[in-house]
Amino acid sequence: MSALVVKSLCKSFGGLRVTGNVSLSVEPGERRLIIGPNGAGKTTLFNLITGELTPDSGRVELFGRNITRVASRRRAHLGMARTYQIITLFPRDTILRNVTLALLGLSPSRWNPIANLDHLHHLSDRAHQALERVGLAHIADRPLAETSYGERRRVEIAMALAQNPKVLLLDEPFAGLSIDERRDVHELLIAIPRDVTVVMIEHNMDVALEFAERITLLHFGEVIVEGTRTEVVNHPRTREVYLGD
Amino acid sequence: MIVKRLRCAAIALALVALFLVPLWVQNPYYVNIASQILFWAVAALALNILAGYAGLVSLGHAGLFGVAGYTAGLMLAAGHGHLIAIVAGLGASVLTAAVFAVLALRSTGIGFLMITLALGQILWGIAYRWADLTHGDNGVNLSNRPAPFGISLAAPASFYYVTLVVFLLAVLSMMVFVRSPFGASVRGTRDQPRRMNALGYNVWLIRFLAFLLSGFWAGVAGLLFVYYNQFISPQIVALQTSAEMLLMVISGGTATLFGPIAGAAIVVIMKNVVSAYVVRWNLVLGVIFVAIISFMPEGLVPGSVRLWRLAFGRRKPTKPPPSHRGGEHKPEERTS
Repeated sequence: MSALVVKSLCKSFGGLRVTGNVSLSVEPGERRLIIGPNGAGKTTLFNLITGELTPDSGRVELFGRNITRVASRRRAHLGMARTYQIITLFPRDTILRNVTLALLGLSPSRWNPIANLDHLHHLSDRAHQALERVGLAHIADRPLAETSYGERRRVEIAMALAQNPKVLLLDEPFAGLSIDERRDVHELLIAIPRDVTVVMIEHNMDVALEFAERITLLHFGEVIVEGTRTEVVNHPRTREVYLGD
Repeated sequence: MIVKRLRCAAIALALVALFLVPLWVQNPYYVNIASQILFWAVAALALNILAGYAGLVSLGHAGLFGVAGYTAGLMLAAGHGHLIAIVAGLGASVLTAAVFAVLALRSTGIGFLMITLALGQILWGIAYRWADLTHGDNGVNLSNRPAPFGISLAAPASFYYVTLVVFLLAVLSMMVFVRSPFGASVRGTRDQPRRMNALGYNVWLIRFLAFLLSGFWAGVAGLLFVYYNQFISPQIVALQTSAEMLLMVISGGTATLFGPIAGAAIVVIMKNVVSAYVVRWNLVLGVIFVAIISFMPEGLVPGSVRLWRLAFGRRKPTKPPPSHRGGEHKPEERTS
């Protein structure tokens, strides 16, 4: 059974067709890279998969279960987590609280109006573990407002990882990072265990190609080429629309 | 540690002072003003749940406040007991809050504000024009205050103590709410609703429940109001009251515990005390608000804390080197 299946997914904004009959199938444990020029509809595809947008037609399956009509927030409970291209964190809170909120989202305690969140150690301990994985445990109590861009990128990833997802969608995790930071994030992504299926949008070819096993090339909302790393890189259409000569 | 102890001492001192008010100011007029500050503070705390922590600015809270007061008043006029009147009043305000929430939570920001404003004005219209039910402009009179456990609340001091107890319960419930997981969820939906949804939170339901909690405490304040005045009229349900409640929250400091209380104190003192000396007291109130917004845009309480730190932080001769481990860096969420 595939971890994630997208079948003939379509989405238009008015007259603009942003996703046109996209089908793809990602196997459990796979590392899939989605590439394409700006405006190819990569993030829209993510938004359709996570349910933040409703498709006009087509279906999305998570481990064989049709989730096309499942509310976006329920998909998190079913094992889907994502990061955002534009950093979407809680600026008034500490790093630790950001990750704790990610854990709380899947915990029934989120409705608890009486307990003290700081005293829910099963959450804060797990948040600390997630921060250790991304190398931020030493600044866990720092307010997010006082962190660097590279650290925030890693908080994004820590929040998604903390939820123990089965399918992890990474939207340009290397965007705006320095070479050193890129290497750190790259090591962090490689360390993600194989029981997590990873789908990643990325422009940064040197790090992304190394990470991906299969690649899907989108162009004007449609899948142009799909295959293994070498197949896609050597495909003439890839050179034409994306990589250039 | 020292800061924590200082804070505990300050709170203990404030509590003692609050309990001594009727003994200290013998004049019943000022005891009554103290009662007014306390129940308006409860109303402002209620609105602060929505406007501060949930980021949903409501201009219809006078409606929720008034529904509780009117329901209780009309139940008493119909011959029911105080207990039934109070329960019915609270039920009515929570129910009205639920209706408000279902309609207004279709949107956020300005849309939310306009819908709550319209709904509040509908309630004002009912209070004003549906004279068969609400006695219209004549309002509803209450013959007496309740006497729990045989203690009469007719005297200003005894009513003050009841109001104080209710006020302290409200403050306590806010303290618990703010640090609870649910409180964190509410603030999360204010700061990043999209992310909250992706993390598995039901953003709509969280906001709905926050609205109910806000409606409940607005109802409590409305009941204190109607028992204090032993009278309620359409005027109190009007937009003016909603706007005043919002001014209390904003001037004191949104999303802070003590801000709305300070804001309520300013407005009530301006209305009652300054108006005795200055005819154009509204002008004074306006100038004060402009000054607060200009010099402390975050509100009086957080603004004062900032100025205090600025003034006294400098006097420290040496600062310990910034460490990367906790402690040094306090979270930004204002709890003052």
